[in-house]
Amino acid sequence: MSKTNVADSALILKAEGLKQHYHVKQGMFKPEAVVKAVDGVSFNLEKGKTLAVVGESGCGKSTLGRMLTMIETPTDGQLGYLGQNLLTLSKSTQTKLRQKIQIIFQNPYGSLNPRKKIGTILEEPLVINTDLPKADRKAKAISMMEKVGLKAEHYDRYPHMFSGGQRQRIAIARGLMLDPHVIVADEPVSALDVSVQAQVLNLMMDLQEEFGLSYVFISHDLSVVEHIADDVMVMYLGKVVEQGTCEQLFDNPKHPYTLALLSSTPQLSPEKRRLRIKLEGELPSPLNPPSGCAFHGRCRFANERCKSETPVLKLDSYDESEQGHLIACHAVEENRINLAEEVA
Amino acid sequence: MSLLQLDNLSVTFGKFRAVDNISYKVEEGEVLGIVGESGSGKSVSSLAIMGLIDFPGKVTADQLSFDGKDLQAMPEKQRRKLTGSDIAMIFQDPMTSLNPCFTVGYQIIEALKTHQGGSKKELKKRAVELLTQVGIPAPESRLDNYPHQLSGGMSQRVMIAMAIACNPRLLVADEPTTALDVTIQAQIIDLLIELQRKKQMGLVLITHDLALVAEVAHRVIVMYAGQIVESGPAAEVFSTPKHPYTQALLASLPESASGKARLDALPGVVPGQYDRPQGCLLSPRCPYATDHCRKEEPENQGSLNRQVKCHTPLDTQGRPAA
Repeated sequence: MSKTNVADSALILKAEGLKQHYHVKQGMFKPEAVVKAVDGVSFNLEKGKTLAVVGESGCGKSTLGRMLTMIETPTDGQLGYLGQNLLTLSKSTQTKLRQKIQIIFQNPYGSLNPRKKIGTILEEPLVINTDLPKADRKAKAISMMEKVGLKAEHYDRYPHMFSGGQRQRIAIARGLMLDPHVIVADEPVSALDVSVQAQVLNLMMDLQEEFGLSYVFISHDLSVVEHIADDVMVMYLGKVVEQGTCEQLFDNPKHPYTLALLSSTPQLSPEKRRLRIKLEGELPSPLNPPSGCAFHGRCRFANERCKSETPVLKLDSYDESEQGHLIACHAVEENRINLAEEVA
Repeated sequence: MSLLQLDNLSVTFGKFRAVDNISYKVEEGEVLGIVGESGSGKSVSSLAIMGLIDFPGKVTADQLSFDGKDLQAMPEKQRRKLTGSDIAMIFQDPMTSLNPCFTVGYQIIEALKTHQGGSKKELKKRAVELLTQVGIPAPESRLDNYPHQLSGGMSQRVMIAMAIACNPRLLVADEPTTALDVTIQAQIIDLLIELQRKKQMGLVLITHDLALVAEVAHRVIVMYAGQIVESGPAAEVFSTPKHPYTQALLASLPESASGKARLDALPGVVPGQYDRPQGCLLSPRCPYATDHCRKEEPENQGSLNRQVKCHTPLDTQGRPAA
């Protein structure tokens, strides 16, 4: 597969065993420690689909996003884009291909340069990556601004003149300037109010339909994820603990951590507040992760095996109807979790 | 007698009315939720209660009383004594509201010393007790920690410990869990509610998270652009909202849109200082607005228990009254 069109390949992005390990100096005489920020993440992303990555702060979801956009080079693993391994290609081909994977950051107050006009911000990717003449760049910027719900007269304004929601629209427009196939959205709505959040989510879904975009949607808000995602990946301390389609994960969650996340999320309707699994303690330090299953210290289903043996991501053998629903948990594997007891 | 009573409280910054004639009451042992988008005046109104609005901000009220005592009339010194001991506040960002230069123990003891006094040993014992109460493991060693050595959840627990140090009767929590992860949020909210029940405190919980308020609050106030647009028992307000704004807020939550392709987003944003519309402040964004709404500001309707500020409040089917 050398030259593949997006049109005839459904699979756009394929990650296999992606790892990002950082070496941390701890002082002159202590040995260097290794922080496994992301430790073996694999997924497939198809055209027009949304993959959500969920987890608490420090679980490695943002690092994953940075690896996908090649802001950081993974220490190990493969990243395939339309059948080509992005990590082994020559620099010049990489530069070409990475235009097609763009990122939107969390905080629209920090991700736009306050000294540049909106027009300049939007045209910057074109100046760097293409040789379009000035007039064409401006035309493209203005048409993109209209697509994301801004007006043409905003072209000459500065970021401080916009509200948070409008700034996030600008950030989205900037991400779309190079006609990407994949957008990595790192907590794109968590800094926004609910009514504005709904506007931005709707916009993202409209754009997905119009351009056939694929999203990697990084978020900690499960209700947003349930609304927008096709596939969901739950991460804990650098590892994927549960992975499946949106329906599988929300209708039939299995991993104790997923259960805890779901039951910690406040629910508007009383009927939905069923599970009551509250987690004790906090995310352990990635410098000194627990042995065995990283979650065992906070898990009420943990036994001796969980403390010593790291579980692998696999299908639940007790529930064969669930294709592609992967769980990394000894308790699920041994069928030790009785959900009926947990319903309050 | 109510624990806290506000009548027509306004906070103005020059010509701008950040809080516009709001009235509410908090009873002992009651959890009152205040919700609204950023810029709706939630935080400013609570700062006004605490007496923390500085020049050029100006607080006016027909009544602002705590436990029958008029907070506006009392001398500054007496009010300072009340705030921090009987009325306490927890701020949004635990990382920045603790002083990074002092140990956690010093900061807790400081509050105790100002309001209660006692020997060094007693104070330290009390600080350890407080940290145990808020669920911090190994409290003795934590006293000597600096804020940067604590995680976000731990810092917020310390903030709560400081707030409840003098057994307050009213606790104002301004977005206490917004900066935290969901699992930690659940822990902190459980802790707050447990303390509130045990001590029969009044708790004012300010947040933009509607679902959180729906879970814990007895009564809820919905604010928009400095005004209270709807208030009532939490379950009632969330199941049958009477104000179009409350309805729109609820509809824009992703969890209300199950099975739907798009969320029902409320267009536009909260009006700022220079773009206040005439008449009802929501009228430019309201799907039901009439010419009457655009000209004349609505009055509060309904009983004290369930109020709505709208010309055409919604019926139980969620449609505007004719």
